[in-house]
Amino acid sequence: MGFLTDLFSNFWVSLAGKLLLVGLMIPLVGLVIGFAELKLSAKMQARIGPYFAGGRWGWAQLIADGVKFFQKEDLIPAEADKPVFKIAPILVLVSTVGLLVVIPFGPGLIFRDLSVGVFYALAISSLSTIGILMAGWSSANKYSLMGGLRAAGQLIAYELPLVLAVVGAVILAGTMSMAGIVEAQISSGYPYVIFQFLGFGVFMIAALAELTRIPFDMPIAESELVMGYLTEYSGFRFLFFFLAEFANMFSLSAIAVTLFLGGYWLPGISEDVLAWAGPVILMAKAFLLVFIMIWFRWTFPRFREDQLQSLSWKILVPIALANIAITAVFKVVF
Amino acid sequence: MTDTRLRQVPGMGMVKGLWVTLSTMFKTLFLPKAHLATVNYPKVKEQPVPRARGVIALDQEACTVCMLCARQCPDWCIYIEGHKEEKPPDKPGGRIKVRNTLDRFDIDYALCMYCGICVEVCPFDALFWSPEYEYSESHMGGMLHDMDRLQDWLLTVPENPALEN
Amino acid sequence: MVLDQDLVRHLAESSVSVELETEDMTLNIGPQHPSTHGVLRLVARVDGERAFDVHPVIGYMHRGYEKLSEVRTYPQITALVNRIDWVSGYANEVPFIVAAEKLMEIEVPERAQYIRLILTEMARISSHLVFMASYPLELGAATPLFFALRERERVLDLLEGVTGGRFHPNFNRIGGVKPAYGSGSSTRKVIQDLPAGFLAETRDAMDKVTVVVDEINSLVAGNEIILARTKGIGVLPPEVAASYGVSGPNLRASGVKFDLRKVEDYLPYHLFDFEVPVGENGDCWDRWHVRLLEIRQSVRIIQQAIDGIPSGPLQAKVPKVIKVPKGETYVRAENPKGEMGYYLVSNGGQGPYRLKIRSASFSNISILPWILEGVLVPDIIAIMGSLDFVLGDVDR
Repeated sequence: MGFLTDLFSNFWVSLAGKLLLVGLMIPLVGLVIGFAELKLSAKMQARIGPYFAGGRWGWAQLIADGVKFFQKEDLIPAEADKPVFKIAPILVLVSTVGLLVVIPFGPGLIFRDLSVGVFYALAISSLSTIGILMAGWSSANKYSLMGGLRAAGQLIAYELPLVLAVVGAVILAGTMSMAGIVEAQISSGYPYVIFQFLGFGVFMIAALAELTRIPFDMPIAESELVMGYLTEYSGFRFLFFFLAEFANMFSLSAIAVTLFLGGYWLPGISEDVLAWAGPVILMAKAFLLVFIMIWFRWTFPRFREDQLQSLSWKILVPIALANIAITAVFKVVF
Repeated sequence: MTDTRLRQVPGMGMVKGLWVTLSTMFKTLFLPKAHLATVNYPKVKEQPVPRARGVIALDQEACTVCMLCARQCPDWCIYIEGHKEEKPPDKPGGRIKVRNTLDRFDIDYALCMYCGICVEVCPFDALFWSPEYEYSESHMGGMLHDMDRLQDWLLTVPENPALEN
Repeated sequence: MVLDQDLVRHLAESSVSVELETEDMTLNIGPQHPSTHGVLRLVARVDGERAFDVHPVIGYMHRGYEKLSEVRTYPQITALVNRIDWVSGYANEVPFIVAAEKLMEIEVPERAQYIRLILTEMARISSHLVFMASYPLELGAATPLFFALRERERVLDLLEGVTGGRFHPNFNRIGGVKPAYGSGSSTRKVIQDLPAGFLAETRDAMDKVTVVVDEINSLVAGNEIILARTKGIGVLPPEVAASYGVSGPNLRASGVKFDLRKVEDYLPYHLFDFEVPVGENGDCWDRWHVRLLEIRQSVRIIQQAIDGIPSGPLQAKVPKVIKVPKGETYVRAENPKGEMGYYLVSNGGQGPYRLKIRSASFSNISILPWILEGVLVPDIIAIMGSLDFVLGDVDR
C-alpha cells in the first residue's frame, strides 16, 4: 500500500493514471448510457429492445455496434474539406473529456480541482459548438450545411442560459471551485436545488439544447435532414460523435448534480463513508438525470428553429437573470 | 374532442405525454404478458392464422395439366410442362386411355404476388394455400420451388377453419 | 448608350448601402428522404431556412397500372389494384369491382356488401393509424409510431383472418366477395366466409383501438410542442382546396363537409349512423384531428355493421367466364386518402378496354407548390406529412 502511494505521488505516474482513467471513463459511460437508452426507449414503446447480442438482455449490443463501426470503410466525401472533416469529431470528444476533469467524485476525488472550475467547465463545453460547425461545413453536403448552421444558432443561443443558470449556485456557495461548491452544500445542510429550482430548470433545459437532443434536435432532425451535420460521417468518426453525445449527457448531468443536487453527498452520511460511497452516489444522481433526459427524448417532438430561439432568448434568459437578481438580494439580506 | 380542450394549464399537455410514456414503461417491465408488443423472434414465433397466404402447395395426383393456373396468373410465374401418356384400359378390350402427366410444375416465388388466383381457378383442387412463411433464400434461384418441394408443402396445409354461422 | 431611369436609380441605391450578398440554394428534398412518404422529389429554392418555388417531381414510382389493365382480366386486375395505395389495401379494390358490376348490372348480395363495408372501414382505420404513426415521427416524436402500429397489427390480423392477406387482400370478386377456394368436385373446397370468432374478435379489437387512439391523442394532441408546430401551419382555405381537387380528410379539415360515403352508393353506408368530422381552420392540426375523429367514426360503423350482419350468399350468380358488356362508367369512392375513382371502358372482353384511375394523392399533392410557398424548411415536412399521401397512389 505504501508502495502504491509512493508510486502515485510521482507527478508523471499519477498524471498517466488520471489520463488512463478519464480515457476509459468516456467509452464506458457512453456504452452504459447508450445501452440504457436503447432498453429504456424500447420499454417506453412496449418493445423488448436488443436481446440477442450477448445472450440475455443484449448487453453486448453496443459493444458489437462499436466493433462494427470500427471495421467500416473510412469514407470522406470527395469535395469535403479533409482536415476540418477529420478534426471535427475529435474536438467534440475533447470537450466531453475536458468536462469530466473538474467533476468531484468524492471528497478529494477530483482529477484537478481548479479554483475556477465552473468557469472552466462552461468554457470547455462550448468547444463542441466549434466541432459541430466544422462537421456541418466541411461535409460538402447541403443537408449537413443546414444542420451545421442550425446548430451554430442553437448552441450559441443556449450557451447564455446555461451560463446564467449556474451563477445563482455560485453566488450561494461563494466560490467557483466545483469541490468548493459541494463542500458549501454539505456545510449548509441542504442541496441548492431547493432555492435554485429556477436555475436548475433552466440549466437542464439548456443542457438538453447543448446536447442537441430532442426536443432540441433541429441540427440533427432525423426526419428532415437525414442526420444533419452528421450525414456524411460513418465508421469510427461517427462513433466518436455518438460516444461523445452519451458521455456528454453524463458530464452535463454530473455538473448539474454537483451544482444543484449536492454532488456526492447525501444528508445523514458521514465523511468517511463518503470517501468510497461518494462516486456511487454521484453516479446514481447523474443517471437519474440521464434517465429524465432519455424520458424527454422519447416523449416529445422537436421544436422548430425559431421557436427554439424564442424559447431561449425570450423565456430562459430573463428567468435566469431574474434568478440571479433574487439570489443576490437574498444572499445579501440574509 | 373535449379532452384536448381541457389542457388549460400551460404545460399540462407535455406532462400528460410524459405520464403516458412512463406508465407504458412500467407496464412493459412488470406486466409483459399484457403489454409487451414484440416477441423474441426466432426463439418465439408468431403463428399466422390458418387462412394466411404463405406458400402454395401442389397435389400432383390431382393435377391434370390443364394449364388454367399458369394462364390466369397475373405474373406468369407458374411454369408447367407435361406430356400425354397412354394408360392401359380399365377392362380388357376397352379403349386406351390417354392421360396428361406432369413433367414440370414450378412456381417462382420471386415473381409470385400471392394473389391466389391460381388456387381459386384450379378446377381439380390441386393447389392449396399454406400459412408457412419461412422459406427465404440467399440466392434468387432458390425461390423457384419445383414439383417435389411444392408437394412437400402439402403437409403444412391446415384443416379448413370453422366458419362463423 | 442611354441610361434608363431604373438603372440609374439602381446604381445610385447600390452605392449607398453595403448589403450582405446571400445566394439562394437549390435544395433537392428527396427522392430518397425519410419524410417524403415514398420517392417524391421536391426541388426547392432555399434562402436560409425559407423555401420558395417548390416543385414536386413525381413519376419515380410509376408502375403503369393503366397500361397493365389493358392486358389483364378482371380478377387479375383486382389482385393488382390493391397495390396502388398500399397502406389501405382493400379500399382500392372496391370501386373497381363496383364499376364492373354496374356495367354488368349485377345485384350484390347483402352479406357480401356488409363484409365489403366492414373490410373497407378496417382499411380506413389501418390507413389513418399509419398516419398517426408517421406524422409525429416526422415532427420528432418517436413513440406514437409504436403505439399506432401495435394497434394496426390487430386490425391487420383481423383482415388476414378473413382474406388471407394483410395489406393486399384480393378479396373482391365481381358479384360479391370471394366465395371459396377450389371449385372442383373434391372435398377440399375452402369456403372463404368469415372465420369463427371473427365478430367477437372484431368487437374486442375495436375497443382496444379506441383506447389506444385516446392514448395517442393525449400523448400528441395536447402537447404544446406539437401545437406550436402544427397550429396555423399550412393553412388551406376551402376555395383553394376545392379548386385544386383536394379530397378526403384534407378537404374536410378545411371546413368543407363533403364525404362521398354520404353521397355515393357504392356501399350501403346509408344503413349506418355516423358523423362526418369537419375541421375549422384547415391547418395541419385540423388535418390530424379530422383523421383521429374519422377513426372513431369508423369504429362506430364497424360496430353497427357487426351487430347487423345478415346471412346469405357471398357472391351473386355470375357466369364462369366473366365478360363485361360494352359500356363505360365512372365510380368514385371515399378512400382513406381521398376520392378514388375508376373510369372503366369495356368493349365486351374479359378485361377492360381502358381503365383510368383517379387517385386521391395525385390531386392532393397538386397543391404543394401553392401551400409551400415561403414556408420554413421544417414546416415543409410538417405540411407534407399532414397531407398524408403515398407515392404509389400518386404515380400509380
